Amino acid sequence: MSFVKIEEVDQSYDVIVVGSGLGGLTCANRLAKAGHSVLLLEHHFKLGGLATWFKRKGHIFDVSLHGFPYGMVKTCKKYWNKAIKESIVQLKNIVFDNPQFSLTTTFEKNDFINILVNKFGISQNVVEDFFDTVNKMNFYDDQSMTTRELFEKFFPGRTDVHRLLMEPITYANGSTLDEPAITYGIVFSNFMNKGVFTFVGGTDRLIGMMGDELVANGVTIALKAKVDQVLIEDSKVCGVRVGDKEISAKSVVSNSGITNTIDNLAGRENFPSDFLDQFSKVKVNNSSAQVYFGIKKGETIEDVGDLLFTSTSDEFSSEEMLDMESKSRTFSLYYPKTRPQQDPDYTVVASMNASYENWADLDDEQYKQAKEEMIERSYNDLERYLPGIRNKVDWVEAATPRTFNRYTLHTKGTSFGTKFEGLDVSRSIFKVLPGLFHVGSVGIIMSGWLGAINYGVIVANDVDGYIRS
Amino acid sequence: MTRDEIKDIVLEIIEDIDDEAEFDDLDAEAPLRDQLDLDSMDFLDIVMELRKRYKLQIPEEEYPQLATLKSCIDYLEPKLKDVAA
Repeated sequence: MSFVKIEEVDQSYDVIVVGSGLGGLTCANRLAKAGHSVLLLEHHFKLGGLATWFKRKGHIFDVSLHGFPYGMVKTCKKYWNKAIKESIVQLKNIVFDNPQFSLTTTFEKNDFINILVNKFGISQNVVEDFFDTVNKMNFYDDQSMTTRELFEKFFPGRTDVHRLLMEPITYANGSTLDEPAITYGIVFSNFMNKGVFTFVGGTDRLIGMMGDELVANGVTIALKAKVDQVLIEDSKVCGVRVGDKEISAKSVVSNSGITNTIDNLAGRENFPSDFLDQFSKVKVNNSSAQVYFGIKKGETIEDVGDLLFTSTSDEFSSEEMLDMESKSRTFSLYYPKTRPQQDPDYTVVASMNASYENWADLDDEQYKQAKEEMIERSYNDLERYLPGIRNKVDWVEAATPRTFNRYTLHTKGTSFGTKFEGLDVSRSIFKVLPGLFHVGSVGIIMSGWLGAINYGVIVANDVDGYIRS
Repeated sequence: MTRDEIKDIVLEIIEDIDDEAEFDDLDAEAPLRDQLDLDSMDFLDIVMELRKRYKLQIPEEEYPQLATLKSCIDYLEPKLKDVAA
């Protein structure tokens, strides 16, 4: 089995996976290894979903590599392979810079405790109590407490501490202070384990290695194959339709967004009304905007850190971060160490949270103008860390929620899936429509690279149970 | 399968999941999670492997019964009694 054209795929499979984000890829790999015949269909011309990259003028830009938790080491070893696991390395210089504080950290637990005690003057007991509390949080715990309340309980009135604790997580999964505290606790604890990690060789190498592993495990992969419909017979899933072609399957795993899955692929008419009531409460998460800077070949930039959480806004505010003119952005700096196998390349990616609504209705001229202004604001902020950077850049371009929508087809271009309510809907979809499964970023906690991969494993177990029952 | 055979199977599956697992000082009545540094994903792997090998369907609400080596064996014994080792 291998990469084939959609015209060449077989008539029937045990499982068809629709979409090749990290969740879909992992689910496909797991099910193939469990002995099932698997067809993976991807609408785009490459695998990876939002775990993606693109090439311009000799540069490779990573869209979502940024940095992931240590848990990826174990996860990649178990569900992918040793070579993938061995390419994971730590990013040691994480920088915060805003009107309230400036500091550099490894983002490891000990370092963070040290900073909270010595720089912010919080007592050791309170800090340890806070870490214990978030460490013990489970997704099935009480959800009534919000992250804002959690922070107020431990660090009342300390908006600087709230910012230190919240800002990176808002960039990681789009969450706000008003989300259930458990979503914060779970994601923060994951990162706070041993720091922030990256993949040597970049996103292109990782996804390439995953593609090779899938092929080795017998998965059939068709790119540029957009599934139009999930086929249903006698209230059960029986396959998919791609254009005029129907392919049958015992089960379908949708790695398209949960809203796409229910509204567009399966159709609401195939779900019971109480499930649709629950589904109507699912809120799609916000999206992102990015500016990509490529540094001229032969030029170098100083090592000013791997991940810079920057803002010139007085205090942390989720609303401020979503504003088109936000003064808050993360800079991901990719030095030649990112791709040691290639000619030295320096790139910088500025990432902002963004709301689809702000961008959706602009006409062509306004859209172009808004992108240029965002590039300008990002340049101005980057200048503060890398003076003279404008003269070294030979490629700059911007992506907006509209760009994310175009490449991932996600509703409102969401880059973080859904808010918390999405998790239950995603997990229970096969109970109301047998044979249909969903994998992808949901519920805030199943988000990011590690969340998506682990969720792929969880869903593979559900699919395996269904097929073998 | 006898209790001893079931024990060997469980340990073999855990070893496949974590090749660095050390069983020498394993207390059969203490949680595997603490002793072998297993997380909830590891337990999911055990469930999936048991299903693959013996067509055993273990519902999510019964996962806690896999907490210790002894509770695993107690739980699996009636289910695997007619299965050849």
